[in-house]
Amino acid sequence: MAPVAAPDMINPGVDDVVADARRHNQDPSNDHTMVLNMGPQHPSTHGVLRLVLEIDGETVLSVAPDIGYLHTGIEKTTEAKFYQQVVPLTDRIDYLCPMTNNLAYVLAVEKLLGLEIPERAETIRILLNELTRIQSHLVWLGTHAMDIGALTVFLYCFREREELLRLFEAVAGQRMMTSYFRIGGLSMEPPIDWFARVQKFLKIMPSKIAEYEGLLSGNPIWINRLKGVGYLSPEDAIALGVTGPPLRASGVDWDLRRDMPYSGYEKYQFKVPIRTEGDVWARYVIRLEEMYESVKICQQALDRMPEGPIVADAPKIILPNREQMKTQMESLIHHFKIVTEGFAVPAGEVFQAVESPRGVMGYYVVSDGTAKPLRVHMRNPSYATLQALETMCKGKLLGDVVAVIGSIDIVLGEIDR
Amino acid sequence: MAEALLSLEAVREHMADNPAVVALADLAVKAKFDRDELTIYVASQNIVAAATAVQKAGYNFLEDVTAVDWYPSEPRFQVTYHIVSMKLKQRIRLAALLDGEDPVIDSITSVWPSANFYEREIWDLFGIRLIGHPNLTRIMMPTDWTGHPLRKDYPVEGYR
Repeated sequence: MAPVAAPDMINPGVDDVVADARRHNQDPSNDHTMVLNMGPQHPSTHGVLRLVLEIDGETVLSVAPDIGYLHTGIEKTTEAKFYQQVVPLTDRIDYLCPMTNNLAYVLAVEKLLGLEIPERAETIRILLNELTRIQSHLVWLGTHAMDIGALTVFLYCFREREELLRLFEAVAGQRMMTSYFRIGGLSMEPPIDWFARVQKFLKIMPSKIAEYEGLLSGNPIWINRLKGVGYLSPEDAIALGVTGPPLRASGVDWDLRRDMPYSGYEKYQFKVPIRTEGDVWARYVIRLEEMYESVKICQQALDRMPEGPIVADAPKIILPNREQMKTQMESLIHHFKIVTEGFAVPAGEVFQAVESPRGVMGYYVVSDGTAKPLRVHMRNPSYATLQALETMCKGKLLGDVVAVIGSIDIVLGEIDR
Repeated sequence: MAEALLSLEAVREHMADNPAVVALADLAVKAKFDRDELTIYVASQNIVAAATAVQKAGYNFLEDVTAVDWYPSEPRFQVTYHIVSMKLKQRIRLAALLDGEDPVIDSITSVWPSANFYEREIWDLFGIRLIGHPNLTRIMMPTDWTGHPLRKDYPVEGYR
């Protein structure tokens, strides 16, 4: 096997990134600009993100994101794993919404397999997905408010998030890297009192969201820092690949849960919040409204929660439970085969996208008919939205960059694959 | 269950009113309809024309650009574009096959600026050169990295 040649014709390094940043400066007579490195470790970048900013005084002339500090090689790793072993890897892509990543991946593989999922499993999946959305938005609201300088909201948000993490721990045995979804269903039935605990949480949550709103929405500092900052037009948003709340804040009415439903979202009643201002304020309002809507979806899921199995009837794909394994020879054989050899997935390629808290989270899975995927590609919302950062920040003040980064709700885990 | 694969002629016949099929009538070299997903293959030199045609046909949102390495078969690389029509609520997949010697394809950043980061990622991880890209530099790996990690013949542990 010949080693891969590296024709790296153009590998410029940092200086050329800066030169590129300068090239964006439209005014050639302007010679008193300076280059400012923000990050890679900066409290407002929510991970390791380096921004090369060119500034004139306090005005931002150009923004060049420099990413890759976290490169985990997840896509390469998936090619050496069985299909079911990829599920825990997907948790690590976006640590604020592991359930959404699980869902996108298992839906893609189920599409390849042509597997039907029981209704109870689907309903629990939707319930957990919406709880994850609330959890993710709580972390966003808390840290965004902290970036702007409001610490109280951060403490309040993490108080409610703690309760959500306890719910996840009860159901999956893990607080953050849950790996709860399986190809063909769920890993286990939720504990007996779990639905009652969710119900209790849903009862108090709307009043808590109202509490955050009360702290922030009328606050003159908050309003001045957010309104009119980071404008993104709907045309730019579509051209730059922006999805999720930033897209809807620019007035584009697009939500995969409603427009390309998956997992039975078409059976639920909910509104898709839309704003037309396209600024940081609009993104803030949209996420708050989405939390209210998520509470409503969770409530509907609880009300309709059907009885029945939580895994599909596919013994060659789903691990048998402990009891079956100890008493039935067949189950023992299936268990052994699945663990040691995996299961073959028919050849083909599928793309499955779901609406994550940050936007369109898509999994492109290519199978060549063996037990290991030929290729798993993750299309992550923050990666695309980061390209719009320059459009949003150009000509604004340095302090606004912090507000804009907060408003796109960036998670670096999904940018640096 | 997965539906039967449909060939180019069958796709043209069964999906004659699909705007993407109409727009790509002259450019498509191969097509398949599998698991409710429509894939249209175009020649690599026609990719910009194809992207422009589907954009005109109402497929306004470029969701994803990525590549697949079919090593050791030839043509080795497949560059895949997922494009959504927000009006029709439909997704299509454009694909172009490239041979492994010197994989080169035109950049579609002139059609969708959002292709910028994805194409840099393809260059970085697969070593496929994108002609006409405004800033074709490594994006994930360090600038002095050797090789392109997502190629199938690249060792998992790397060269160093």
